[in-house]
Amino acid sequence: MPETLEFMIPAEPKYLKINRLSIKLLCELIGFSTVESNNITLAIDEACSNVIRHAYNGPSKEPIHIKCNIYGNKIEFLIRDFGRKANVDQIKSRELDEIRPGGLGVHLIKTVMDEVMYDTNFEKGNQLKLIKHFKGRK
Amino acid sequence: MKMLDIQSKKVDNAVIINIKGDVDLYSSPQIRKVLLELIQKESPAIFVDLQEVNYMDSSGVATLVEALQRAKKYGGRLFIYHLQGAVQDVFELSRLDKVFQIYPDETEAMKAYHDEN
Repeated sequence: MPETLEFMIPAEPKYLKINRLSIKLLCELIGFSTVESNNITLAIDEACSNVIRHAYNGPSKEPIHIKCNIYGNKIEFLIRDFGRKANVDQIKSRELDEIRPGGLGVHLIKTVMDEVMYDTNFEKGNQLKLIKHFKGRK
Repeated sequence: MKMLDIQSKKVDNAVIINIKGDVDLYSSPQIRKVLLELIQKESPAIFVDLQEVNYMDSSGVATLVEALQRAKKYGGRLFIYHLQGAVQDVFELSRLDKVFQIYPDETEAMKAYHDEN
């Protein structure tokens, strides 16, 4: 059984920082390095920003649930929204040789995390599962 | 509590922007507004000091990419410097660290600008 922490924030950009501080502290507490903790925090923040932008189509009072399951060899994040269903086929990293604003968030998430899985099989909303393994404990 | 502070000052024909705080989905529109106002005036050189920015997400990076591209259209220059660890990492993860003119500090950035002119 994993140890589980759960956070919930309204889908308002001003609350993202609270979430970041919590995730960073958690990652450092369970043994990730400062750089790894920063990068994981970035990935979770990008995922939450995407929820605000795409699932809720902008700031909203609707919630973002962030569930953190800590296992012996990895941490798993489940980011759940109750907004517009994502079209998973259209979620792509942008080509990095194409220098333009935007489209970077998905690339950063996929670069930082070991596993990225979308689940749209909910009656309402989406869930993104992000996993990061502890180095040497796979 | 103020989440972001942006100060700007003019030095000759250049403008130095000091940003203090996290640059994220909440704050990057404020930075975009400041940068686009300068670009609209066709400022020849914009220097962005990131010493007091400990966090930047993709919306912040995108804002700087947009400013860089718009400035280039009229021959303007955008210099960024004093990148802190996590911010430097975001540029590297985005593979944009080679696209921008990134300098360790203001002196180096100014020197690069004056050497070009």
